[in-house]
Amino acid sequence: MAKEKTIADRAALATPEPLARRIRGLSDRSIAWLFISPTIILLLAINIFPLIWMIKLSFTNYAANRPNRVIKDIGLRNYERILNDPDIWFAMQVTAHFVIWTIVLQTIIGFSLAYLINRKFRGHAFWTTLILLPMMLSPAVVGNFWRFLYQPQIGLFNYIVSFFTGIPPSSFDMIGSVALAPWAIIIVDTWMWTPYVMLICLAGLRSIPDYIYEAAEVDRASPWRQFWTITLPMALPFIMLAVLFRGIENFKMFDMVNLLTGGGPGSTTELASITLKREAFEKWRTGYASAFAIILFVTVFGLANIYVKALNRVKQR
Amino acid sequence: MSGSTISHSVVDPTPLARRVAGTLVVIYAVVSMIPLLWIFVTGMKSPPDSISYPPKIVFQPTAEGYCNLFTTRTRQTSEYVKSLGEPEGMCDEITRARNMVIAGKSNYWPRFVNSLIIAFGSTFCAVTLGTLAAYGFSRFKVPLADDLLFFILSTRMMPPIAVAIPIYLMYRELGLSDTRLGMILLYTAVNVSLAVWLLKGFIDEIPREYEEAAMIDGYTRLQAFWKVVLPQAATGIAATAIFCLIFAWNEYAFAVLLTSGTAQTAPPFIPTIIGEGGMDWPAVGAGTTLFLIPIFVFTVLLRKHLLRGITFGAVRK
Repeated sequence: MAKEKTIADRAALATPEPLARRIRGLSDRSIAWLFISPTIILLLAINIFPLIWMIKLSFTNYAANRPNRVIKDIGLRNYERILNDPDIWFAMQVTAHFVIWTIVLQTIIGFSLAYLINRKFRGHAFWTTLILLPMMLSPAVVGNFWRFLYQPQIGLFNYIVSFFTGIPPSSFDMIGSVALAPWAIIIVDTWMWTPYVMLICLAGLRSIPDYIYEAAEVDRASPWRQFWTITLPMALPFIMLAVLFRGIENFKMFDMVNLLTGGGPGSTTELASITLKREAFEKWRTGYASAFAIILFVTVFGLANIYVKALNRVKQR
Repeated sequence: MSGSTISHSVVDPTPLARRVAGTLVVIYAVVSMIPLLWIFVTGMKSPPDSISYPPKIVFQPTAEGYCNLFTTRTRQTSEYVKSLGEPEGMCDEITRARNMVIAGKSNYWPRFVNSLIIAFGSTFCAVTLGTLAAYGFSRFKVPLADDLLFFILSTRMMPPIAVAIPIYLMYRELGLSDTRLGMILLYTAVNVSLAVWLLKGFIDEIPREYEEAAMIDGYTRLQAFWKVVLPQAATGIAATAIFCLIFAWNEYAFAVLLTSGTAQTAPPFIPTIIGEGGMDWPAVGAGTTLFLIPIFVFTVLLRKHLLRGITFGAVRK
């Protein structure tokens, strides 16, 4: 900073008077604020101001579809009711089931794929790009089409399953059955987001320098041992990063599941975000929904905190 | 994976390992492409073909899905249809063969245009703000820079439904509900966090000496930013812009809750395409295909920067 100023000052001395005035006219500090403040102001207006408003609403019985009703301050009662609401706890269980299974499947498949791609076979760049496609697509639009693939009689998914297992294709309904619907959304999410985990794991594997393996080879370490003592530990920060990010994203999952099952049948796939939408935009219990939103937000914020720490750890390498 | 023979570099996989890895990856890629291929194929089927059992792989391609996507139709008696005279164009002919006449244009095209306007508008704003802020954070000592950066990132981590509750109320007060301007503002706010983080990484990589040299030559700080830094950061800015475009293009949760008509984008519209007696899957397939094509193109363009984009610039390969 100090060094820059001297350069700027020297430049100012060496240049004609009008130009020098311009250099001094806008100091670095004012440019910094000029550049940064629009972003901060926008985020304050679109994110923070509404958030504060929502915190206020969470202590009331406000209903957005009845704007003329007298708003009563009910203190912490919304929070109390949420923590005692069996529907909310059920939604949290459904969310936990979804998050855990998608992470387990995506990490195993994603890491295996990355490991295989790292063998650098011919054409691996092309196939990698192809594999990455699903994660770039709109989860809503693609999730909507999966409803068609899951149709009991005519759907391609059911047909392929019956082709390989012999189970009649009309005997199971992936999105209509209480037992299968939670797996229907896990399958679609895994299909979409395994490439994401794969890509980050691949970066992790590629960050391991060759000489470590060469040294292990000299020490006659078996491939198995190399995997457990070199490959996995060194790729672990990257795997953790992917896991954490998928965790946050799936904890707030809304679009794909809302279109695929809409939370049904019953409430077997009603994730936290879908419950929140029902409370806020169908039952119009705005105050209650605001309190729930705050609870979800605090949870995500905590996870995000860990996430940023993990990011910095990966960055240092 | 045999490492005992040192005929090749120890870290190079054997040809056999390569071939096995390649085969497995190709199998995964092909299987994961099936749903996408099915979307494309369904778009070219006639409605009876699309719901036949077993699912038809060989069929007579037709433009019916695309015709249905862009039109609304009414059923008429066959006498009436015959009395109409020469059909105007292919879609008219296809529609009349089903004893229907074209009643007007569907909403698909206006929704697609909304998606374009909102995606490009918000991307332009987010990248402009993001570039300025990223330069500010990259080059100047900003007080509390790390906290501000974390704050910027954390706004993107918020669950969209939780954000939508206060935004819905705020937009209702401000008259921004169901307007393109409202959606552009909202998507800008969501994307600017990604833009700042990604662009800070790109600008950090441009040596400061370039600007300092330019400033010694008599450029002001702003001129150096405009004429030296921006051209150097062009690739990074383009990659960031594509990431912002993809997000805004794919977004569903805000769109479905905050728009209903004039500003509705394609993702909430596509699931509402229905024909007689249920979903018109060929029309949905056609609409989905058209909607996904830009993303295919962008993914291929972006492939070198994908990793960076999905990790907020943390992993750079």
